[in-house]
Amino acid sequence: MGEWPLIAGQIFNGFSVASLYVLAALGLALSFGLMRVINMAHGEMLMLGGYLAYLTLQVVPGPLGILAAMPVAFLGAAAVGAVLETTLIKRLSARPLDTLLATWGVSLILQQAARNIFGAIGVDVRAPDWLNHAYTVPSGLLEGLTIPATRLFILGVAFAVMGALSLLLARTRIGLLVRAVNQDRGMAAASGINVRAVDLSVFCLGTGIAGLAGVVLALLGPVTPNVGQSYVVPAFLVVVLGGLGSLKGTAIASLIVGLFSALVQILVDVSLAQVLLLLFVIGFIQFRPQGVVAVRSRALDA
Amino acid sequence: MADTLLKLDGVATAYGQSQALWDIDLEVPAGSAVALIGRNGVGKTTLLKTIIGAQRLSGGRMTFQGRDVSALGPHQRARAGIGYVPQGRHIFPHLTVRENLETGLSALAGRAGGAGAMSKSAIGAGIPDHIFDLFPKLAQIINRKGGVLSGGEQQQLAIGRALAGQPRLLLLDEPTEGIQPSVVQQIEDALRRIRAELGVTVLIVEQYLDFAWSFADSYRVMQRGRIIRAGSTREETAAEVAHLVNI
Ligand SMILES: Nc1ncnc2c1ncn2[C@@H]1O[C@H](COP(=O)(O)OP(=O)(O)O)[C@@H](O)[C@H]1O
Ligand SMILES: [Mg+2]
Repeated sequence: MGEWPLIAGQIFNGFSVASLYVLAALGLALSFGLMRVINMAHGEMLMLGGYLAYLTLQVVPGPLGILAAMPVAFLGAAAVGAVLETTLIKRLSARPLDTLLATWGVSLILQQAARNIFGAIGVDVRAPDWLNHAYTVPSGLLEGLTIPATRLFILGVAFAVMGALSLLLARTRIGLLVRAVNQDRGMAAASGINVRAVDLSVFCLGTGIAGLAGVVLALLGPVTPNVGQSYVVPAFLVVVLGGLGSLKGTAIASLIVGLFSALVQILVDVSLAQVLLLLFVIGFIQFRPQGVVAVRSRALDA
Repeated sequence: MADTLLKLDGVATAYGQSQALWDIDLEVPAGSAVALIGRNGVGKTTLLKTIIGAQRLSGGRMTFQGRDVSALGPHQRARAGIGYVPQGRHIFPHLTVRENLETGLSALAGRAGGAGAMSKSAIGAGIPDHIFDLFPKLAQIINRKGGVLSGGEQQQLAIGRALAGQPRLLLLDEPTEGIQPSVVQQIEDALRRIRAELGVTVLIVEQYLDFAWSFADSYRVMQRGRIIRAGSTREETAAEVAHLVNI
Protein backbone atom coordinates (compact mmCIF):
# COMPACT_ATOMS: atom_id res chain seq x y z
CA MET A 1 0.00 0.00 0.00
CA GLY A 2 1.50 3.33 -1.09
CA GLU A 3 1.00 6.90 0.05
CA TRP A 4 -2.14 7.66 -1.92
CA PRO A 5 -4.50 5.11 -0.41
CA LEU A 6 -3.38 6.22 3.05
CA ILE A 7 -4.06 9.88 2.33
CA ALA A 8 -7.32 9.15 0.57
CA GLY A 9 -8.30 6.93 3.48
CA GLN A 10 -7.62 9.73 5.95
CA ILE A 11 -9.55 12.20 3.80
CA PHE A 12 -12.49 9.84 3.80
CA ASN A 13 -12.03 9.42 7.54
CA GLY A 14 -12.05 13.19 7.84
CA PHE A 15 -15.39 13.30 6.05
CA SER A 16 -16.91 10.69 8.28
CA VAL A 17 -15.58 12.36 11.44
CA ALA A 18 -16.94 15.60 10.03
CA SER A 19 -20.36 14.03 9.63
CA LEU A 20 -20.32 12.98 13.29
CA TYR A 21 -19.37 16.49 14.29
CA VAL A 22 -22.16 17.91 12.16
CA LEU A 23 -24.68 15.67 13.89
CA ALA A 24 -23.24 16.47 17.31
CA ALA A 25 -22.96 20.21 16.65
CA LEU A 26 -26.25 20.95 14.84
CA GLY A 27 -28.30 20.89 18.03
CA LEU A 28 -25.88 23.22 19.78
CA ALA A 29 -25.90 25.55 16.80
CA LEU A 30 -29.71 25.55 16.66
CA SER A 31 -30.30 26.39 20.29
CA PHE A 32 -27.47 28.87 20.39
CA GLY A 33 -28.57 30.49 17.16
CA LEU A 34 -32.15 31.00 18.29
CA MET A 35 -31.99 31.30 22.05
CA ARG A 36 -28.32 32.11 22.78
CA VAL A 37 -28.38 29.12 25.11
CA ILE A 38 -25.28 27.01 25.68
CA ASN A 39 -26.41 23.58 26.77
CA MET A 40 -23.58 21.82 28.59
CA ALA A 41 -25.69 18.66 28.79
CA HIS A 42 -25.78 18.36 25.00
CA GLY A 43 -23.16 15.60 25.03
CA GLU A 44 -25.42 13.56 27.29
CA MET A 45 -28.13 13.68 24.63
CA LEU A 46 -25.70 11.78 22.41
CA MET A 47 -25.09 9.34 25.24
CA LEU A 48 -28.83 8.95 25.73
CA GLY A 49 -29.26 8.22 22.04
CA GLY A 50 -26.57 5.55 22.28
CA TYR A 51 -28.23 3.81 25.22
CA LEU A 52 -31.63 4.06 23.57
CA ALA A 53 -30.12 2.36 20.51
CA TYR A 54 -28.79 -0.38 22.80
CA LEU A 55 -32.22 -0.85 24.41
CA THR A 56 -34.03 -0.78 21.08
CA LEU A 57 -31.78 -3.54 19.76
CA GLN A 58 -32.70 -5.65 22.80
CA VAL A 59 -36.32 -5.35 21.78
CA VAL A 60 -35.88 -5.39 18.02
CA PRO A 61 -32.89 -7.54 17.20
CA GLY A 62 -32.18 -8.35 13.60
CA PRO A 63 -31.05 -6.31 10.65
CA LEU A 64 -33.56 -3.46 10.97
CA GLY A 65 -33.03 -2.81 14.66
CA ILE A 66 -30.67 0.06 14.00
CA LEU A 67 -33.24 1.77 11.78
CA ALA A 68 -35.87 1.38 14.49
CA ALA A 69 -33.41 2.84 16.99
CA MET A 70 -33.12 6.11 15.10
CA PRO A 71 -36.65 7.43 15.64
CA VAL A 72 -36.63 6.04 19.20
CA ALA A 73 -33.41 7.89 20.02
CA PHE A 74 -34.59 11.05 18.28
CA LEU A 75 -37.88 11.14 20.17
CA GLY A 76 -36.34 10.04 23.47
CA ALA A 77 -33.68 12.73 23.40
CA ALA A 78 -36.21 15.31 22.20
CA ALA A 79 -38.46 14.43 25.14
CA VAL A 80 -35.62 14.80 27.63
CA GLY A 81 -34.77 18.07 25.87
CA ALA A 82 -38.35 19.23 26.43
CA VAL A 83 -38.10 18.50 30.15
CA LEU A 84 -34.72 20.26 30.35
CA GLU A 85 -36.00 23.29 28.45
CA THR A 86 -39.21 23.76 30.41
CA THR A 87 -37.81 23.09 33.88
CA LEU A 88 -34.43 24.77 33.63
CA ILE A 89 -33.46 26.65 30.53
CA LYS A 90 -36.67 28.65 30.18
CA ARG A 91 -36.39 29.83 33.78
CA LEU A 92 -32.74 30.79 33.48
CA SER A 93 -32.93 32.26 29.99
CA ALA A 94 -31.97 35.77 31.14
CA ARG A 95 -28.88 34.47 32.97
CA PRO A 96 -26.43 32.80 30.57
CA LEU A 97 -23.82 31.92 33.22
CA ASP A 98 -26.41 30.23 35.43
CA THR A 99 -27.67 28.29 32.42
CA LEU A 100 -24.14 27.11 31.76
CA LEU A 101 -23.66 25.92 35.34
CA ALA A 102 -27.09 24.36 35.67
CA THR A 103 -26.84 22.39 32.42
CA TRP A 104 -23.35 21.30 33.42
CA GLY A 105 -24.90 19.94 36.62
CA VAL A 106 -27.51 18.12 34.55
CA SER A 107 -24.72 16.67 32.43
CA LEU A 108 -23.03 15.21 35.54
CA ILE A 109 -26.33 13.87 36.88
CA LEU A 110 -27.13 12.15 33.59
CA GLN A 111 -23.68 10.61 33.40
CA GLN A 112 -23.98 9.26 36.93
CA ALA A 113 -27.47 7.95 36.22
CA ALA A 114 -26.14 6.08 33.19
CA ARG A 115 -23.33 4.67 35.32
CA ASN A 116 -25.86 3.42 37.89
CA ILE A 117 -28.19 1.90 35.34
CA PHE A 118 -25.83 0.47 32.73
CA GLY A 119 -22.51 0.28 34.59
CA ALA A 120 -19.29 2.16 33.97
CA ILE A 121 -17.86 -0.20 31.35
CA GLY A 122 -20.26 0.59 28.59
CA VAL A 123 -22.50 -1.48 26.36
CA ASP A 124 -22.05 -2.59 22.79
CA VAL A 125 -24.36 -1.93 19.90
CA ARG A 126 -23.48 -4.41 17.19
CA ALA A 127 -23.81 -3.09 13.67
CA PRO A 128 -26.17 -5.25 11.62
CA ASP A 129 -24.66 -7.51 8.97
CA TRP A 130 -25.60 -5.19 6.16
CA LEU A 131 -23.30 -2.59 7.70
CA ASN A 132 -20.64 -5.04 8.77
CA HIS A 133 -18.45 -5.10 5.73
CA ALA A 134 -16.07 -2.87 3.92
CA TYR A 135 -15.40 -1.91 0.35
CA THR A 136 -11.81 -2.25 -0.83
CA VAL A 137 -10.43 -0.65 -3.97
CA PRO A 138 -9.03 -3.63 -5.92
CA SER A 139 -6.52 -1.90 -8.18
CA GLY A 140 -5.19 1.39 -9.50
CA LEU A 141 -3.75 4.37 -7.69
CA LEU A 142 -5.91 3.83 -4.61
CA GLU A 143 -5.39 0.08 -4.46
CA GLY A 144 -5.99 -1.24 -0.97
CA LEU A 145 -8.08 1.73 0.21
CA THR A 146 -10.76 0.31 2.50
CA ILE A 147 -14.03 2.03 3.23
CA PRO A 148 -16.19 0.53 5.98
CA ALA A 149 -19.93 0.51 5.29
CA THR A 150 -20.69 2.03 8.72
CA ARG A 151 -18.72 5.11 7.76
CA LEU A 152 -20.70 5.47 4.56
CA PHE A 153 -23.90 5.03 6.56
CA ILE A 154 -22.85 7.82 8.95
CA LEU A 155 -22.09 10.09 6.02
CA GLY A 156 -25.53 9.32 4.59
CA VAL A 157 -27.25 10.06 7.89
CA ALA A 158 -25.43 13.38 8.24
CA PHE A 159 -26.39 14.43 4.71
CA ALA A 160 -29.98 13.36 5.26
CA VAL A 161 -30.24 15.30 8.52
CA MET A 162 -28.68 18.44 7.02
CA GLY A 163 -30.96 18.20 4.03
CA ALA A 164 -34.07 17.64 6.10
CA LEU A 165 -33.20 20.51 8.41
CA SER A 166 -32.59 22.89 5.50
CA LEU A 167 -35.91 21.94 3.97
CA LEU A 168 -37.67 22.30 7.28
CA LEU A 169 -36.29 25.80 7.78
CA ALA A 170 -36.69 26.96 4.20
CA ARG A 171 -39.96 25.38 3.14
CA THR A 172 -42.28 24.75 6.05
CA ARG A 173 -44.52 26.95 8.15
CA ILE A 174 -42.64 26.10 11.35
CA GLY A 175 -39.38 26.90 9.54
CA LEU A 176 -40.77 30.31 8.60
CA LEU A 177 -41.71 30.97 12.20
CA VAL A 178 -38.25 29.91 13.40
CA ARG A 179 -36.60 32.29 10.94
CA ALA A 180 -38.92 35.13 11.93
CA VAL A 181 -38.21 34.63 15.64
CA ASN A 182 -34.51 34.42 14.87
CA GLN A 183 -34.56 37.71 12.98
CA ASP A 184 -36.75 39.81 15.26
CA ARG A 185 -38.07 38.13 18.37
CA GLY A 186 -40.17 41.06 19.56
CA MET A 187 -41.82 41.66 16.21
CA ALA A 188 -42.45 37.95 15.79
CA ALA A 189 -44.34 37.89 19.07
CA ALA A 190 -46.29 41.03 18.18
CA SER A 191 -47.28 39.34 14.89
CA GLY A 192 -48.97 36.54 16.81
CA ILE A 193 -46.16 33.98 16.82
CA ASN A 194 -45.91 31.94 20.01
CA VAL A 195 -42.22 32.57 20.53
CA ARG A 196 -42.02 30.26 23.54
CA ALA A 197 -43.40 27.35 21.54
CA VAL A 198 -40.91 28.02 18.75
CA ASP A 199 -38.02 28.10 21.24
CA LEU A 200 -39.14 24.84 22.78
CA SER A 201 -39.57 23.12 19.41
CA VAL A 202 -36.15 24.19 18.21
CA PHE A 203 -34.49 23.10 21.43
CA CYS A 204 -36.17 19.69 21.24
CA LEU A 205 -35.22 19.36 17.59
CA GLY A 206 -31.61 20.05 18.57
CA THR A 207 -31.53 17.46 21.34
CA GLY A 208 -33.37 15.01 19.10
CA ILE A 209 -30.67 15.32 16.44
CA ALA A 210 -28.06 14.72 19.16
CA GLY A 211 -29.96 11.55 20.10
CA LEU A 212 -29.78 10.46 16.48
CA ALA A 213 -26.06 11.17 16.50
CA GLY A 214 -25.81 8.90 19.52
CA VAL A 215 -27.18 5.97 17.52
CA VAL A 216 -24.59 6.54 14.84
CA LEU A 217 -21.82 6.83 17.46
CA ALA A 218 -22.90 3.52 18.94
CA LEU A 219 -22.00 1.85 15.65
CA LEU A 220 -18.39 2.95 16.05
CA GLY A 221 -17.62 2.01 19.62
CA PRO A 222 -19.08 1.10 23.00
CA VAL A 223 -21.67 3.39 24.57
CA THR A 224 -20.25 4.60 27.88
CA PRO A 225 -21.59 7.09 30.43
CA ASN A 226 -19.17 9.72 29.17
CA VAL A 227 -19.24 8.92 25.46
CA GLY A 228 -20.85 12.30 24.82
CA GLN A 229 -17.97 14.19 26.34
CA SER A 230 -15.50 13.15 23.69
CA TYR A 231 -17.74 14.53 20.96
CA VAL A 232 -19.19 17.56 22.62
CA VAL A 233 -15.85 19.37 22.91
CA PRO A 234 -15.16 19.22 19.17
CA ALA A 235 -18.83 20.06 18.66
CA PHE A 236 -18.39 23.25 20.65
CA LEU A 237 -15.27 24.03 18.62
CA VAL A 238 -17.27 23.49 15.45
CA VAL A 239 -20.04 25.82 16.62
CA VAL A 240 -17.54 28.55 17.52
CA LEU A 241 -15.60 28.09 14.31
CA GLY A 242 -18.75 27.97 12.23
CA GLY A 243 -20.01 31.33 13.41
CA LEU A 244 -22.15 30.71 16.49
CA GLY A 245 -25.44 29.38 15.36
CA SER A 246 -25.09 29.36 11.61
CA LEU A 247 -26.08 26.06 10.00
CA LYS A 248 -24.03 26.51 6.87
CA GLY A 249 -21.10 27.55 9.01
CA THR A 250 -21.59 24.49 11.20
CA ALA A 251 -21.39 22.20 8.19
CA ILE A 252 -18.30 23.88 6.78
CA ALA A 253 -16.60 24.04 10.18
CA SER A 254 -17.32 20.35 10.80
CA LEU A 255 -15.59 19.55 7.56
CA ILE A 256 -12.61 21.73 8.45
CA VAL A 257 -12.30 20.21 11.92
CA GLY A 258 -12.89 16.66 10.66
CA LEU A 259 -10.35 16.88 7.85
CA PHE A 260 -7.86 18.73 10.02
CA SER A 261 -7.92 16.06 12.74
CA ALA A 262 -7.81 13.19 10.27
CA LEU A 263 -4.95 14.58 8.20
CA VAL A 264 -2.88 15.75 11.15
CA GLN A 265 -3.20 12.25 12.56
CA ILE A 266 -1.17 10.93 9.64
CA LEU A 267 1.78 12.87 11.03
CA VAL A 268 1.29 12.94 14.79
CA ASP A 269 -0.55 10.93 17.43
CA VAL A 270 -4.15 11.50 18.47
CA SER A 271 -3.60 13.65 21.54
CA LEU A 272 -1.12 15.92 19.80
CA ALA A 273 -3.63 16.19 16.95
CA GLN A 274 -6.22 17.45 19.46
CA VAL A 275 -3.80 20.03 20.79
CA LEU A 276 -3.03 21.22 17.27
CA LEU A 277 -6.75 21.38 16.50
CA LEU A 278 -7.38 23.56 19.52
CA LEU A 279 -4.50 25.84 18.58
CA PHE A 280 -5.84 26.01 15.03
CA VAL A 281 -9.31 27.04 16.21
CA ILE A 282 -7.92 29.61 18.65
CA GLY A 283 -5.75 31.02 15.87
CA PHE A 284 -8.64 31.11 13.44
CA ILE A 285 -10.89 32.93 15.90
CA GLN A 286 -8.17 35.54 16.42
CA PHE A 287 -8.31 36.40 12.74
CA ARG A 288 -11.98 35.88 12.15
CA PRO A 289 -13.89 36.18 15.40
CA GLN A 290 -17.22 36.02 13.60
CA GLY A 291 -16.48 32.46 12.41
CA VAL A 292 -16.65 30.92 8.95
CA VAL A 293 -20.11 32.29 8.21
CA ALA A 294 -20.94 35.54 9.98
CA VAL A 295 -24.20 37.52 10.12
CA ARG A 296 -25.85 36.75 13.42
CA SER A 297 -29.38 37.48 12.37
CA ARG A 298 -29.19 35.17 9.39
CA ALA A 299 -27.89 32.37 11.54
CA LEU A 300 -30.69 29.90 10.98
CA ASP A 301 -31.33 30.68 7.36
CA ALA A 302 -29.92 27.32 6.42
CA MET B 1 -72.58 55.50 22.15
CA ALA B 2 -70.22 52.98 20.57
CA ASP B 3 -68.74 50.05 22.48
CA THR B 4 -65.33 50.53 23.97
CA LEU B 5 -62.83 48.31 22.16
CA LEU B 6 -59.73 49.14 24.19
CA LYS B 7 -59.63 50.50 27.70
CA LEU B 8 -56.65 51.37 29.88
CA ASP B 9 -57.12 52.17 33.57
CA GLY B 10 -54.25 53.76 35.47
CA VAL B 11 -51.67 51.95 33.35
CA ALA B 12 -47.98 52.33 34.23
CA THR B 13 -44.82 50.74 32.87
CA ALA B 14 -41.08 50.97 33.41
CA TYR B 15 -37.83 50.23 31.62
CA GLY B 16 -35.99 48.42 34.37
CA GLN B 17 -35.94 50.87 37.29
CA SER B 18 -36.97 53.93 35.33
CA GLN B 19 -40.68 54.48 35.04
CA ALA B 20 -41.81 55.53 31.56
CA LEU B 21 -45.61 55.78 31.82
CA TRP B 22 -47.74 57.05 34.69
CA ASP B 23 -51.44 56.56 35.29
CA ILE B 24 -52.61 56.25 31.70
CA ASP B 25 -56.38 56.25 31.20
CA LEU B 26 -57.43 55.68 27.62
CA GLU B 27 -60.61 54.56 25.93
CA VAL B 28 -60.75 53.72 22.25
CA PRO B 29 -64.32 53.28 20.99
CA ALA B 30 -64.90 50.54 18.41
CA GLY B 31 -64.75 51.94 14.89
CA SER B 32 -63.00 55.15 15.89
CA ALA B 33 -59.53 56.49 15.19
CA VAL B 34 -57.53 58.07 17.98
CA ALA B 35 -54.41 60.13 17.35
CA LEU B 36 -51.66 60.08 19.94
CA ILE B 37 -49.49 63.16 19.72
CA GLY B 38 -46.63 64.72 21.65
CA ARG B 39 -42.99 65.69 21.40
CA ASN B 40 -40.17 63.21 21.01
CA GLY B 41 -39.46 61.07 24.03
CA VAL B 42 -42.75 61.63 25.85
CA GLY B 43 -43.74 57.94 25.79
CA LYS B 44 -45.93 57.48 22.70
CA THR B 45 -44.01 54.45 21.44
CA THR B 46 -43.82 53.09 24.97
CA LEU B 47 -47.60 53.32 25.26
CA LEU B 48 -48.12 51.32 22.04
CA LYS B 49 -45.54 48.77 23.18
CA THR B 50 -47.43 48.45 26.44
CA ILE B 51 -50.71 47.92 24.59
CA ILE B 52 -49.29 45.14 22.40
CA GLY B 53 -47.65 43.63 25.48
CA ALA B 54 -43.98 44.10 24.60
CA GLN B 55 -43.76 46.22 27.76
CA ARG B 56 -45.29 44.75 30.91
CA LEU B 57 -47.75 46.71 32.98
CA SER B 58 -46.28 47.73 36.30
CA GLY B 59 -49.63 49.11 37.37
CA GLY B 60 -53.21 49.48 36.25
CA ARG B 61 -55.22 47.29 33.95
CA MET B 62 -56.05 46.89 30.29
CA THR B 63 -59.17 45.43 28.73
CA PHE B 64 -59.76 44.59 25.08
CA GLN B 65 -63.29 43.80 23.92
CA GLY B 66 -64.30 43.77 27.57
CA ARG B 67 -61.77 41.11 28.49
CA ASP B 68 -58.88 41.76 30.88
CA VAL B 69 -55.72 41.17 28.84
CA SER B 70 -53.26 42.78 31.29
CA ALA B 71 -51.45 39.51 31.93
CA LEU B 72 -51.31 38.31 28.30
CA GLY B 73 -48.12 38.25 26.26
CA PRO B 74 -47.76 39.95 22.86
CA HIS B 75 -48.68 36.94 20.75
CA GLN B 76 -51.86 36.40 22.74
CA ARG B 77 -52.84 40.05 22.35
CA ALA B 78 -52.12 39.85 18.62
CA ARG B 79 -54.35 36.78 18.46
CA ALA B 80 -57.03 38.61 20.43
CA GLY B 81 -57.14 41.10 17.52
CA ILE B 82 -54.52 43.79 18.06
CA GLY B 83 -52.30 44.53 15.04
CA TYR B 84 -49.04 46.41 15.51
CA VAL B 85 -47.10 48.51 13.03
CA PRO B 86 -44.06 49.62 15.02
CA GLN B 87 -41.96 52.71 14.65
CA GLY B 88 -39.07 51.83 12.35
CA ARG B 89 -41.29 49.18 10.73
CA HIS B 90 -39.36 46.12 11.95
CA ILE B 91 -39.63 44.15 8.74
CA PHE B 92 -37.98 40.72 8.96
CA PRO B 93 -34.97 41.58 6.80
CA HIS B 94 -34.13 38.11 5.46
CA LEU B 95 -37.70 37.04 4.79
CA THR B 96 -39.35 37.81 1.47
CA VAL B 97 -42.34 40.10 1.21
CA ARG B 98 -44.57 37.03 0.92
CA GLU B 99 -42.99 35.43 4.00
CA ASN B 100 -43.26 38.66 5.97
CA LEU B 101 -46.97 38.75 5.19
CA GLU B 102 -47.32 35.08 6.10
CA THR B 103 -45.89 35.69 9.57
CA GLY B 104 -48.86 37.98 10.16
CA LEU B 105 -51.24 35.06 9.65
CA SER B 106 -50.05 33.69 12.99
CA ALA B 107 -52.40 36.11 14.69
CA LEU B 108 -55.34 34.15 13.26
CA ALA B 109 -54.48 31.08 15.32
CA GLY B 110 -57.42 29.89 17.33
CA ARG B 111 -59.71 32.67 16.17
CA ALA B 112 -63.28 31.75 15.25
CA GLY B 113 -64.06 32.33 11.59
CA GLY B 114 -60.57 33.79 11.24
CA ALA B 115 -58.79 32.69 8.13
CA GLY B 116 -61.89 31.63 6.25
CA ALA B 117 -63.73 34.89 6.64
CA MET B 118 -61.91 36.85 3.96
CA SER B 119 -61.25 36.20 0.33
CA LYS B 120 -57.81 34.69 -0.09
CA SER B 121 -55.43 35.86 -2.71
CA ALA B 122 -53.85 33.75 -5.38
CA ILE B 123 -50.50 35.36 -4.70
CA GLY B 124 -49.74 34.08 -1.22
CA ALA B 125 -51.26 31.18 0.61
CA GLY B 126 -53.85 32.58 2.98
CA ILE B 127 -52.87 36.22 2.56
CA PRO B 128 -56.10 38.23 2.21
CA ASP B 129 -56.61 39.79 -1.20
CA HIS B 130 -57.47 43.23 0.11
CA ILE B 131 -53.86 43.69 1.21
CA PHE B 132 -52.73 43.64 -2.42
CA ASP B 133 -55.69 45.78 -3.32
CA LEU B 134 -54.55 48.42 -0.80
CA PHE B 135 -50.88 48.05 -1.67
CA PRO B 136 -50.52 46.84 -5.29
CA LYS B 137 -46.77 47.43 -5.00
CA LEU B 138 -46.47 44.47 -2.62
CA ALA B 139 -47.72 42.07 -5.29
CA GLN B 140 -44.98 43.27 -7.63
CA ILE B 141 -42.17 42.78 -5.12
CA ILE B 142 -43.58 39.65 -3.51
CA ASN B 143 -40.33 37.65 -3.76
CA ARG B 144 -37.93 40.40 -2.72
CA LYS B 145 -36.23 40.27 0.68
CA GLY B 146 -37.63 42.68 3.26
CA GLY B 147 -34.22 44.15 4.03
CA VAL B 148 -33.64 45.50 0.53
CA LEU B 149 -36.94 47.39 0.22
CA SER B 150 -37.26 51.17 0.31
CA GLY B 151 -38.70 52.80 3.43
CA GLY B 152 -42.05 53.31 1.73
CA GLU B 153 -42.25 49.70 0.58
CA GLN B 154 -41.31 48.49 4.05
CA GLN B 155 -44.01 50.64 5.58
CA GLN B 156 -46.63 49.23 3.24
CA LEU B 157 -45.39 45.75 4.07
CA ALA B 158 -45.52 46.43 7.80
CA ILE B 159 -49.13 47.57 7.52
CA GLY B 160 -49.94 44.61 5.25
CA ARG B 161 -48.36 42.19 7.72
CA ALA B 162 -50.49 43.58 10.53
CA LEU B 163 -53.62 43.37 8.36
CA ALA B 164 -52.89 39.73 7.51
CA GLY B 165 -53.83 38.96 11.10
CA GLN B 166 -57.24 40.63 10.52
CA PRO B 167 -57.02 42.88 13.57
CA ARG B 168 -59.95 44.70 15.19
CA LEU B 169 -57.54 47.35 16.44
CA LEU B 170 -54.54 48.61 14.51
CA LEU B 171 -51.68 50.33 16.36
CA LEU B 172 -49.66 52.57 14.05
CA ASP B 173 -46.48 54.27 15.24
CA GLU B 174 -45.52 57.19 12.99
CA PRO B 175 -46.36 55.39 9.76
CA THR B 176 -45.10 58.16 7.49
CA GLU B 177 -41.91 58.97 9.39
CA GLY B 178 -38.88 59.12 7.12
CA ILE B 179 -40.79 58.21 3.98
CA GLN B 180 -40.59 59.92 0.58
CA PRO B 181 -43.33 62.55 0.18
CA SER B 182 -44.62 60.79 -2.96
CA VAL B 183 -45.35 57.63 -0.96
CA VAL B 184 -46.71 59.40 2.12
CA GLN B 185 -49.90 60.23 0.23
CA GLN B 186 -50.39 56.58 -0.80
CA ILE B 187 -49.99 55.39 2.75
CA GLU B 188 -52.39 57.99 4.08
CA ASP B 189 -54.97 57.01 1.47
CA ALA B 190 -54.53 53.34 2.35
CA LEU B 191 -55.06 54.12 6.03
CA ARG B 192 -58.31 55.92 5.22
CA ARG B 193 -59.48 52.93 3.21
CA ILE B 194 -58.53 50.56 6.04
CA ARG B 195 -60.87 52.53 8.30
CA ALA B 196 -63.64 52.95 5.78
CA GLU B 197 -63.64 49.60 3.99
CA LEU B 198 -62.37 47.19 6.65
CA GLY B 199 -63.89 48.93 9.65
CA VAL B 200 -60.67 48.59 11.62
CA THR B 201 -60.31 50.73 14.73
CA VAL B 202 -57.07 52.71 14.78
CA LEU B 203 -54.76 54.13 17.42
CA ILE B 204 -52.12 56.17 15.59
CA VAL B 205 -49.03 58.03 16.74
CA GLU B 206 -48.68 60.90 14.31
CA GLN B 207 -46.41 63.94 14.21
CA TYR B 208 -48.19 65.67 11.34
CA LEU B 209 -51.17 67.33 12.94
CA ASP B 210 -52.83 68.04 9.59
CA PHE B 211 -53.08 64.36 8.82
CA ALA B 212 -53.93 63.48 12.43
CA TRP B 213 -56.84 65.92 12.33
CA SER B 214 -58.17 64.81 8.98
CA PHE B 215 -57.85 61.13 9.88
CA ALA B 216 -58.75 60.75 13.54
CA ASP B 217 -61.91 61.42 15.55
CA SER B 218 -60.14 62.30 18.76
CA TYR B 219 -56.66 63.08 20.02
CA ARG B 220 -54.56 62.56 23.15
CA VAL B 221 -51.53 64.67 23.95
CA MET B 222 -48.72 63.06 25.92
CA GLN B 223 -46.09 64.75 28.00
CA ARG B 224 -43.45 63.10 30.20
CA GLY B 225 -45.13 59.72 30.27
CA ARG B 226 -48.64 60.97 30.92
CA ILE B 227 -51.69 61.88 28.88
CA ILE B 228 -52.13 65.56 29.65
CA ARG B 229 -54.95 66.45 27.30
CA ALA B 230 -57.70 64.73 25.39
CA GLY B 231 -60.24 66.09 22.98
CA SER B 232 -62.15 65.81 19.75
CA THR B 233 -60.60 66.67 16.43
CA ARG B 234 -64.06 67.70 15.27
CA GLU B 235 -64.56 70.30 18.00
CA GLU B 236 -61.05 71.74 18.27
CA THR B 237 -58.56 72.78 15.64
CA ALA B 238 -55.03 71.48 15.37
CA ALA B 239 -53.79 75.00 15.97
CA GLU B 240 -55.28 74.98 19.46
CA VAL B 241 -53.08 72.10 20.61
CA ALA B 242 -50.05 72.70 18.40
CA HIS B 243 -48.19 74.54 21.17
CA LEU B 244 -48.22 71.31 23.25
CA VAL B 245 -46.59 69.34 20.46
CA ASN B 246 -44.20 71.67 18.68
CA ILE B 247 -40.91 72.66 20.18
N1 LIG C 1 -35.73 50.41 25.57
C1 LIG C 1 -35.69 51.47 26.40
N2 LIG C 1 -34.99 51.42 27.54
C2 LIG C 1 -34.95 52.46 28.39
N3 LIG C 1 -35.59 53.62 28.18
C3 LIG C 1 -36.32 53.74 27.06
C4 LIG C 1 -36.40 52.67 26.11
N4 LIG C 1 -37.20 53.07 25.09
C5 LIG C 1 -37.58 54.32 25.41
N5 LIG C 1 -37.06 54.74 26.57
C6 LIG C 1 -37.27 56.03 27.23
O1 LIG C 1 -38.65 56.17 27.48
C7 LIG C 1 -39.09 57.48 27.18
C8 LIG C 1 -40.21 57.45 26.15
O2 LIG C 1 -39.69 57.00 24.90
P1 LIG C 1 -40.63 56.71 23.67
O3 LIG C 1 -41.79 55.94 24.16
O4 LIG C 1 -39.80 56.09 22.62
O5 LIG C 1 -41.06 58.17 23.26
P2 LIG C 1 -41.77 58.71 21.93
O6 LIG C 1 -42.23 57.54 21.14
O7 LIG C 1 -42.89 59.54 22.43
O8 LIG C 1 -40.77 59.52 21.20
C9 LIG C 1 -37.86 58.24 26.70
O9 LIG C 1 -37.35 58.97 27.78
C10 LIG C 1 -36.89 57.17 26.31
O10 LIG C 1 -35.58 57.57 26.53
MG1 LIG D 1 -41.71 56.98 19.23
